[in-house]
Amino acid sequence: MTKIKSLDDLRQKKQQLEQSMEIREKSDHPESLVQIKVAMATCGIASGARTVMNALVEKIKKENVPAVVTQTGCMGYCYAEPTVEVTKPGFDPVVFSYVDVKKAEEIVDKYILNNELIDGIIPPNYQTI
Amino acid sequence: MNDLSLHLLDIVQNSLAAGATFITVRIEENPRKNFLTMSVEDNGCGMNDEQLQKLSDPFFTSRTTRRVGLGVPLLRQTAEQSGGKLEVVSRPGKGTCLTARFQYDHLDRPPLGDVANAMVLMISANPGVDFAYKYSYNENSYEITTLQLRDALDGAPLNDMNIMEMIEEMIKENQNDLKVCQIE
Repeated sequence: MTKIKSLDDLRQKKQQLEQSMEIREKSDHPESLVQIKVAMATCGIASGARTVMNALVEKIKKENVPAVVTQTGCMGYCYAEPTVEVTKPGFDPVVFSYVDVKKAEEIVDKYILNNELIDGIIPPNYQTI
Repeated sequence: MNDLSLHLLDIVQNSLAAGATFITVRIEENPRKNFLTMSVEDNGCGMNDEQLQKLSDPFFTSRTTRRVGLGVPLLRQTAEQSGGKLEVVSRPGKGTCLTARFQYDHLDRPPLGDVANAMVLMISANPGVDFAYKYSYNENSYEITTLQLRDALDGAPLNDMNIMEMIEEMIKENQNDLKVCQIE
């Protein structure tokens, strides 16, 4: 396939992917997806949040996990950046600290796919720091 | 911050925190006239004069999660050390426009970085916000908006991993074309 250069190319490629069922239906209910939030304030970005976000996107695509990756501002855990909050359907949110590419993959493999907790979880905190 | 695209991600986060629903990002690379500008314009809640004056003070922030706000001061420092400057125009209730200008060939100017990837991450991570992106290289420019993308993709989710990859490829191809055509 040639490179995508125009909106028409984009439309054609999307139709091809749709036929092979590789694209989520637009009627998807967001609450049925795993919600992954990457903290992307100055503290997070300076600590590598963008690399982590790209790694999560890549991993989710590879494992075909029904998830959406979004960004959020500073959650107050500047000392532990990059931080990632994962909310699985029916579960409370869990915040992982000091996430790098390796840990991002571990979060998908162990927590999201196998319900296994991993090191570096920040306990729930109802007060701002 | 290793490159300017990281500053871009950071500044756009401020627009999102200000409740913006439409954000315009403009990057203008102009080696001929020796400047590079990066601007972010939003329709968020804007700032009053007092907030605007304190904007470059690292110990001022409107957030409650922490007591420092380093995004704008860091960008101002980067711009000024690269022979440029930072300008912010804001009106309460109307929005804010931040423009950082750099001397293109200054030794201390950080590289632009992967702006296409930054745009795709911002677009996919904020489905409720519309973005416009304009990239210029000397006199030629390329422009894309999320409205055009949604139309072309017939409403398919822009945060689908396959779609994100396709959009990034399209933006990069067009940006590279602008540069290739103008190598002197």
